Amino acid sequence: MQLEYFQLIDRILDLNMDEKKITVEAQVPQHSTIFEGHFPGHPIMPGVLLIESMAQTSGWLLIALMKFERMPFLAAVKEAKMRGFVTPGELLTIEAGIVHEGSGYAITEAKVRVNGKLKCNATITFTLIPPPNPEFRGYMDAMAKRIDFPLQALPS
Amino acid sequence: MSSTFDQVATIIAETCDIPRDTITSESHAIDDLGIDSLDFLDIAFAIDKAFGIKLPLEKWTQEVNDGKATTEQYFVLKNLCARIDELVAAKTAST
Repeated sequence: MQLEYFQLIDRILDLNMDEKKITVEAQVPQHSTIFEGHFPGHPIMPGVLLIESMAQTSGWLLIALMKFERMPFLAAVKEAKMRGFVTPGELLTIEAGIVHEGSGYAITEAKVRVNGKLKCNATITFTLIPPPNPEFRGYMDAMAKRIDFPLQALPS
Repeated sequence: MSSTFDQVATIIAETCDIPRDTITSESHAIDDLGIDSLDFLDIAFAIDKAFGIKLPLEKWTQEVNDGKATTEQYFVLKNLCARIDELVAAKTAST
């Protein structure tokens, strides 16, 4: 995780295009200024960042399903439940799957686990639109490379 | 079995917290009922699920933006229900 760049996903562990599911991992940093304020003497990962991590995980699944031709943008978060504290240094396993693929939008369900224990989950809606500019595709490719996106999984 | 309009009106009422008795077949989802694009995604999801179809929102939006169609053609409820019936019929014919 590079919290200062809002890059919350470290690595794609599995991308199943048939089942339309993805699993990623993300290492919560041991130190961050965020933990100095949230909270002094009791550092925990903010719930909004856990939601963002589920959104980014879902986003990579959608990007794969749309073969990088559309960008998913967060539109709504429902049924978000923070079930337990996530603390500095913990390794997150984040799963996401498709609930519905609509016309121009999609809905996913995502879960964050630590050592197999469910920490939070949410149902997330995205709008799907073309990349905002041609340069954006280059940025996406660089991001994909950083997280070991399995390009071979994409249908040719 | 309830009509397409009854189902759609119930979906809109429950999704957007709009009194059911204010929703008529002549209501314009956007102009009369005040449903915005984000709320309409929830309605589209519920309609897709209820009828087993995929409302072509992107195509409709593009047609409106290109001046090839008016919002009334797709978002006045009697017209929306007619489109839904067409999509259901097309799906049934293809299976």
